[in-house]
Amino acid sequence: MGSILVFLTVLIVCGAWWLSRQGLMSKPWLEQGVPVGGPAPRGAPTSTEKVGLGVFLAVVGSLFALFISAYSIRMQMPDWRTLPLPKILWLNTGMLVLSSVALRSAQSAARRDEAGELRLALLAAAVTSLAFLSGQILAWRQLTADGYLLTSNSANAFFYILTGIHGLHLLGGLAALGMTIGKAWRQDNAPERLRLSVDLCAMYWHFLLLVWLVIVSVMAGWAGDFIDICRQLLA
Amino acid sequence: MTDVPFVHVGPSAESDDVELYHPHSWVTKYVFSQDAKIIAVQYSLTALSVGLIALVLSWLMRLQLGFPGVFSFIDANAYYQFITMHGMMMVVYVLTALFLGGFGNYLIPLMVGARDMVFPYVNMLSFWVYLLAVLILVASFFAPGGPTGAGWTLYPPQAILSGTPGGQDWGIILMLVSLMVFIIGFTMGGLNYVVTVLQARARGMTLMRMPLTVWGIFTASFMALLAFPALFVGAVMMLFDRALGTSFFLPAIVEMGQPLERSGGSPLLFQHLFWFFGHPEVYIVALPAFGIVSDLISTHARRNIFGYRMMVWALLAIGALSFVVWAHHMYVSGMNPYFGFFFATTTLIIAIPTAIKVYNWILTLWRGDIHLNVPMLFALAFIVTFLNGGLTGLFLGNVVVDVPLSDTMFVVAHFHMVMGVAPILVIFGAIYHWYPKMTGRMLDDTLGKIHFWVTFLGAYAIFFPMHYLGLMGVPRRYHEIGEMAFVPASAHSLNAFITIAALVVGATQLLFVFNLFWSLRHGRPSGGNPWRATTLEWQTPETPPPHGNWGKETPVVYRWAYDYSVPGAPEDFIPQNQPGTQTMAGTAHG
Repeated sequence: MGSILVFLTVLIVCGAWWLSRQGLMSKPWLEQGVPVGGPAPRGAPTSTEKVGLGVFLAVVGSLFALFISAYSIRMQMPDWRTLPLPKILWLNTGMLVLSSVALRSAQSAARRDEAGELRLALLAAAVTSLAFLSGQILAWRQLTADGYLLTSNSANAFFYILTGIHGLHLLGGLAALGMTIGKAWRQDNAPERLRLSVDLCAMYWHFLLLVWLVIVSVMAGWAGDFIDICRQLLA
Repeated sequence: MTDVPFVHVGPSAESDDVELYHPHSWVTKYVFSQDAKIIAVQYSLTALSVGLIALVLSWLMRLQLGFPGVFSFIDANAYYQFITMHGMMMVVYVLTALFLGGFGNYLIPLMVGARDMVFPYVNMLSFWVYLLAVLILVASFFAPGGPTGAGWTLYPPQAILSGTPGGQDWGIILMLVSLMVFIIGFTMGGLNYVVTVLQARARGMTLMRMPLTVWGIFTASFMALLAFPALFVGAVMMLFDRALGTSFFLPAIVEMGQPLERSGGSPLLFQHLFWFFGHPEVYIVALPAFGIVSDLISTHARRNIFGYRMMVWALLAIGALSFVVWAHHMYVSGMNPYFGFFFATTTLIIAIPTAIKVYNWILTLWRGDIHLNVPMLFALAFIVTFLNGGLTGLFLGNVVVDVPLSDTMFVVAHFHMVMGVAPILVIFGAIYHWYPKMTGRMLDDTLGKIHFWVTFLGAYAIFFPMHYLGLMGVPRRYHEIGEMAFVPASAHSLNAFITIAALVVGATQLLFVFNLFWSLRHGRPSGGNPWRATTLEWQTPETPPPHGNWGKETPVVYRWAYDYSVPGAPEDFIPQNQPGTQTMAGTAHG
């Protein structure tokens, strides 16, 4: 259960830091009136959606951290046979990086009100994401063709589950990206709403890229090696 | 007087900038409603209905335990199915849904001075997904083979093997799918509860001015958002094991004389995942109860809550600590003794913030002007019951005491006291307290008092003797004790007594349900603030509050939530949205 505990520790530290700036030491029974200059309680509508997505990403992060915890516990059983990662995963990883980069440039295009560049960047992000998903399916087919079936070993089952759940999250993100692209094509939308949508998509994509990198490094065994090295350094 | 930069201002002049979707027809107003208050009622009624089913299941179990063999339709399979469904329904589909989906939806927007939740559409979806989860769960009663009888903890490998009811039928599949759907629905709601508290508070409502009810629900929602994924992961993996033939949890095993084609799986892995959710779940139920009780006690004792800051810190500390105690549910799983020592230590440490809360409730009551009305009776009963269940928790938290008691009725008595009776007393108290705001009418007082006394004393008649049975060694999870040398005949008469008490307490709940519907028409009109309380939900311009809650202007908050019996004030309470006078501050509270 190490990885989920590390994840929660990070969240708790962030939460404690945030709370420490919210006047947790104040004595509310001595204070009257409306605070001036304090933290603005009623946020602008933009930040509410970002906070919402942030909390949602914490939930998704917890989900993946728990899967990785389960992976590392199950891995210690004697029947575990790590499966070789298909080469195509590196191409897929490249695609996902590209789509994150495309969304980053979409963000800057939205800031500069460059409608054409924005549409191009959003489309590029969608295309590279679809390429990533098709690549993942190819990886699945390659593995099943090579005899690494879902039921033959738990390492295989974890591969299918982790990539599958990650893919489902990306698919959900693509629905949101589709709506954002629709907004970018219609002219009647307020530019700040469009900018917000692009920001939210970018945030979600960067997060899924991060999750993907963690998953790959766990499944490739690098994360385990890294932890072993740390352990030796400590010992 | 304070040196914090606070100023006195008039009510906000600008109208609120939040756009609300306003319903146009009966269907969008009462069925597919996006109003958090309607969603709260939908959640509560659904959860109470599930609660009634779970109540009947507990009757059936008690009939078997009290009068074994008399009721032929309760065979061993049926008994395990009743146990499983009773446990899962109460913990997840009743308590979690009622506290967070019910009270969270109703109270958060009103108490922080918001017009609604921040994502009303997602909030509406949350209820419908929850209802779907309930329907899937209830459907398993009608599926071939009936519901799962794996016990509410669903431990593999037995949960998915043919010896267990529902293991190779539909029961376990429907249970797992229902849990996954529930978690998805809860995540939608939980995002709303958390983000509404973070983002939609009225002007002047600093975090440290929030009523403890909001603090409790807020912390619990955060915990639930992070803990439920553990159950989700466990459910996904078990579903794969059951339906697709993987071996996450299944070791090499012989089923009915046939070796299965599985190997290497770890049943303990599921236990870790389950209890990583399961232990925070205890506090997901308890923290909202703590918060609500704090407000009930302060209001009905006409006294400011003692140690408000400490109460907030204790809530946060309990929330964080509850994630590092899960393995105390697994002492008998053969774990490394050092782990047992670690988890016993963290478990006992949680007693400190919890004890702080109990002391503070009692010190709030000290020299208070205690009104023994129905909500207050329930709140006081909660303190006693929670203390009681908490103390046996200290017993069970120690490995050496837990190991011999673990499979006995003592554990059943302990967790029913601390996590069954105690939170349900709070739910009742809270319903008696907030019903006037929801409907504009008071619940009937006489019926309420009968309901309280029978429920309170009856619960003790059920669960006190059960501790004793456990100490004698009467095992839990047994369909029939039969003849065991160490169980004296008197244990059987005690079991019969417990069953009769359970039947009476259960029947009394029908009185409560009757009261809910009867008072809707015939209750005494309550006015907007019958308890003369300070918090914002009692200051709405209309009762029951309409969609949008506040009319033209959202309230502005000038003070904390506990200005009761302030010396020199004209009344014994000052609402949070009442502008202050400088002379009153500072000297008021010691």
